[in-house]
Amino acid sequence: MALLTARDLSLGYDSRIIVSGLNFTVSSGDYLCIVGENGSGKTTLMKTLLGLKKPAGGQILAGDGLKANEIGYLPQQTVTQKDFPASVREIVLSGCQGRSKKRPFYSRDEKKLAEKNMDRMGIIPLARRCYRELSGGQQQRVLLARALCATGKVLLLDEPVSGLDPKVTAEMYELIAQLNHEGITIIMISHDIGSAVQYASHILHIGDSVFFGSKDEYLESSAGKNFMMQQKGGDGNDR
Amino acid sequence: MIDKLGMYLQYPFVRYALIVGILIALCSSLLGVTLVLKRFSFIGDGLSHVAFGAMAIAAVCDLTDEMLLVLPITIISAILLLRTGQNTRIQGDAAIAMISVGALAFGYLIMNIFSTSSNLSGDVCSTLFGSTSILTLTQKEVWLCIILSVAVVVIFVLFYNKIFAVTFDENFAKATGIKTERYNLLIAVVIAVIIVLAMNLVGSLLISALVIFPALSAMRIFRSFKGVTICSAVLSVVCALAGILISILAGTPVGSTIVAVDVAAFAVCYVAGRIGGRG
Ligand SMILES: Nc1ncnc2c1ncn2[C@@H]1O[C@H](COP(=O)(O)OP(=O)(O)OP(=O)(O)O)[C@@H](O)[C@H]1O
Ligand SMILES: [Mg+2]
Repeated sequence: MALLTARDLSLGYDSRIIVSGLNFTVSSGDYLCIVGENGSGKTTLMKTLLGLKKPAGGQILAGDGLKANEIGYLPQQTVTQKDFPASVREIVLSGCQGRSKKRPFYSRDEKKLAEKNMDRMGIIPLARRCYRELSGGQQQRVLLARALCATGKVLLLDEPVSGLDPKVTAEMYELIAQLNHEGITIIMISHDIGSAVQYASHILHIGDSVFFGSKDEYLESSAGKNFMMQQKGGDGNDR
Repeated sequence: MIDKLGMYLQYPFVRYALIVGILIALCSSLLGVTLVLKRFSFIGDGLSHVAFGAMAIAAVCDLTDEMLLVLPITIISAILLLRTGQNTRIQGDAAIAMISVGALAFGYLIMNIFSTSSNLSGDVCSTLFGSTSILTLTQKEVWLCIILSVAVVVIFVLFYNKIFAVTFDENFAKATGIKTERYNLLIAVVIAVIIVLAMNLVGSLLISALVIFPALSAMRIFRSFKGVTICSAVLSVVCALAGILISILAGTPVGSTIVAVDVAAFAVCYVAGRIGGRG
């Protein structure tokens, strides 16, 4: 059975509808890439999937015993975090919050889990460093480790490589692919259609035309062809 | 000078002032970090003005226990302010300004029309700057302050990790199933209690300083949330203690002396951060 199913989903703020008629399914082990232009509603879709806001219409169904708090999430960065005094370890540990709703303090297991995920992301040497003094790539790894503490099943990533240089971007993609191999379902927003096509198993394109299907189907579709053309043409202003 | 201090400490009102001052300083510094980081620095101002208005009403109605009126009104305002602040950013800002200035004007108006006191401007001044009220505490007020402070500290320690998560990244916390509204509510209530407590110490105009300065100073030096929290608590207590002692010895107003010490501490921390922080 599918992990997440969207049925005739529409998204919007207040009464303004941004996207409608979304139908897609995410199965366990999938690597879904969500692509579309700036402002097409990708972040909004992610917020809706996370239950941060209500859908304007339609439904999202969770299956396979997926609970609402078992989704890890890597946000598109907010301004507040930029000058927040917090050590890397504190931030990674905070990913365990959802597990210990009733307990005020972290258990030994949770501390171990945090340690393990820091190791996975290669940020053990940074554990005591201040988050705001890290480079963009290091920060993304910290947030990814935190997301991993929150889930063993599904990761939602909102533009995990924006602002990273090509080398670090490639490393980031490898890391995510690695996690996917380990059995974690990935749902990723990306502007980088080339890599999306390289790594993803499924593509969801939102915008004027909505497309959902496997990667190969996408490459054959008109939406895919158009979008690939645009991206190649407008490489200069790619974010 | 030690002799003089020893002599003053014989008086119960001086001891009360020290106990209350230290407790209030401790409580107000705890949430300072959260407030600064959540861009809620202003809420201290807004709430203290609301508390001022409520106090004016209480004074006019001749309530024997003004806390009974002031505390609930301030808590309700805190909840309302935090709620508007979340939904619509710009209007939340405006709402704080409106409520804060409105309550201030209203409070002064009421005091002016209904007050029977001959020394009106003195009354207003002491409510705004807290000039002497900390030296005129009754035993009951001291106990109330102790109980509320202990409650604030216990709540803060118990929910420390949740408060961290909600402050650092509210969306993430919510996505992992933390009831963020509940914790925002908790933060609002605790802030309201702290503001009402702190009015005794420094008066309603200077509260923001008590809440924000220790946090900002600590943020110059420390780089982890725990470090900043502990440092700002220690700084705040030390500054309050020094401020009260200086004001007793030198005969200066308590509230402004404490804030002056806080400002000095900030300057020291700023320089220390500049020198030590580049590495
Ligand atoms: N809080 C909000 N209230 C009202 N409208 C919003 C809000 N956030 C986003 N929007 C609008 O919703 C639309 C979709 O925004 P969204 O952030 O989902 O785009 P996106 O696809 O993630 O873009 P980007 O690639 O720039 O991240 C935009 O037109 C935006 O103006
Ligand atoms: Mg976005």
